Amino acid sequence: MSQNIHQLIEPPTDQVQANASQKHVGWFGAVWGSRNGRIGLIIVVLTIIGAICGSLGVTPYPPANQDPNAVLKGVSLSHLFGTDQFGRDVFSGALQGLGVSLEIAALAVLIAGIIGTLGGIVAGYLGSWTSAIIMRFTDMMFAIPAILFALAIVTALGSSILDSAIAIGVGWIPIYVRVVRSPVLALRDADFVRAGRVLGFSRSRLLFRHILPNIAGVVAVQTSLALAWAIIAEAGLSYLGLGPPPPLESLGEMVSQSSSLAATAWWTLAGPSLVIIIAVIGFNFLGDGLRDAADPRARTKARKA
Amino acid sequence: MTIFSFVVRRILSMLLTLFGVSVIIFVVLRLLPGNAVTAAMGVSVGLLTHAQVAALNHYYGVGQPPVEQYFSWLHATLTGNLGISLATRESVSTLIGSALPVTLELALFAMIFGLIIGVGFGMIGALHPGRWQDDLGQGVSVFGLAVPSFIIGTVMVTFLASVFHYFPSSKGFVGFFTNPWLNFQQILFPAITLSFGVGAAIMRSTRAAVLEVSNLNFARTALGKGVSRRAFVWRHLFLNALTAVTTMSGIQLGYLFGGTVIIEQIFILPGMGRLLISAINNRDFPVVQSVTLIFAAGFVIVNILVDLFYTMVDPRTRER
Repeated sequence: MSQNIHQLIEPPTDQVQANASQKHVGWFGAVWGSRNGRIGLIIVVLTIIGAICGSLGVTPYPPANQDPNAVLKGVSLSHLFGTDQFGRDVFSGALQGLGVSLEIAALAVLIAGIIGTLGGIVAGYLGSWTSAIIMRFTDMMFAIPAILFALAIVTALGSSILDSAIAIGVGWIPIYVRVVRSPVLALRDADFVRAGRVLGFSRSRLLFRHILPNIAGVVAVQTSLALAWAIIAEAGLSYLGLGPPPPLESLGEMVSQSSSLAATAWWTLAGPSLVIIIAVIGFNFLGDGLRDAADPRARTKARKA
Repeated sequence: MTIFSFVVRRILSMLLTLFGVSVIIFVVLRLLPGNAVTAAMGVSVGLLTHAQVAALNHYYGVGQPPVEQYFSWLHATLTGNLGISLATRESVSTLIGSALPVTLELALFAMIFGLIIGVGFGMIGALHPGRWQDDLGQGVSVFGLAVPSFIIGTVMVTFLASVFHYFPSSKGFVGFFTNPWLNFQQILFPAITLSFGVGAAIMRSTRAAVLEVSNLNFARTALGKGVSRRAFVWRHLFLNALTAVTTMSGIQLGYLFGGTVIIEQIFILPGMGRLLISAINNRDFPVVQSVTLIFAAGFVIVNILVDLFYTMVDPRTRER
């Protein structure tokens, strides 16, 4: 009899494992399972490797190395993206530029993500007038187009790596706040949170141990999309000559410098442009994949559609 | 809620938002470290007339605590004193008066092209889900969202010049009323460049909205009772998806304003964006402040209009 009860309470272990492997494929598996997610993941990993190589100087040629015998050479195996008017290898330059761009983009998203997520959690959990004030403020920030916000901040602060990151990140804060607030609003009244409240858990424990893990998916999706946007925004700023000061050269600056050469040496424009576009597509696709993973309902809908 | 009280409420909320926006801009440009107003004024003051110095002092609220500086600025702005450009010593309202029409024209054309691309591909995709038409549209939107406008612009300028030997911007910008045809040629390509990103975003929301509507019961009923295909597509599907499309268009306007800044640099158009960038390079704060404020105000006002528009069109949104 006691054995039977035991069986009722605890299902056989092999069944537990079967359930686990069926339900819990993990984040990686779920992202890998969607086509866009897989493409995105591969591109993002390659982008990050390329950026790290560029930052550490692990490039086919030293990016600043001028080779007078190889001026304006087209695309070839020895120079994947050709060379510029000083005989510098465009591919090596683009890797280094990617390093700078991604560093700024990542810092920007880190700033936006931390402030915006906290703001969204607070607005959603505390509700009432705290929420009203935060959301009002968010609306106001939202009214200033993000790139103009960035330009204004760069004017005031300057254009070092950290300044650029702040300038770009601030514009994305309201989006994090909005995206995080609504699920927190729903979670606040979920049974397990109520149970925790009844058990006397502290507010910070409820927020960080119970609510935060449940919005991780939403935040991950937003972070991926934010990175894509931040790369474009950073490229735009440095295209306008408001990027980090030399000798740091980001991708946008390479594009702007090659624009006068583009008619005769298209590869000087194509190389850095391609790196920007591929990186942005990668982060956008990864965002799609993460969204599918976080919300299986959207996945089936998308497949049906 | 009656329409009247809705409109009043919206306008009050708009005024509050605009007030907040002006505070944010003030804080960012005037109170952050590295602010060079005083330094810049010190250098330029000798070149200005007495009346200009007085106007600027009022504009900046020189020598007052921050809160009063802000209200001095607000008062100056509301009474039409947008400051004096420290670089060109012209009044900022004159500069903006000549730059604003260019940017508005550019944004208007870009929005029209964006709507054509977006609604067109979005409708076609949603009417043939999963088929090649849909895949084509999706592909276009992936690139529209991923390719920064300055790359499209650079490629376009290069191509027009080197392949077609066509330099629409070489003659200097011509206003619409001076020479409409040349003006159109000069606006056309920058507007097309800007419209890709806008079009991609509008396309995504059009497609999603039309797909959602076409799964609803009334759509099946309409098909079942034999409504003609054209009426079904435009009157039943599109009209119901219009809310989503207008909302997205309103949001995209912010992107468009931001985009004009870069595009005007590439195509050498004397609009607000070019004014802004040269002001930033000269650390010409009155210009930066006013241009940013006007862009933000335009964005807020258009989005209120969008809200009002679909409240009129779509009674469902009034019940909230």
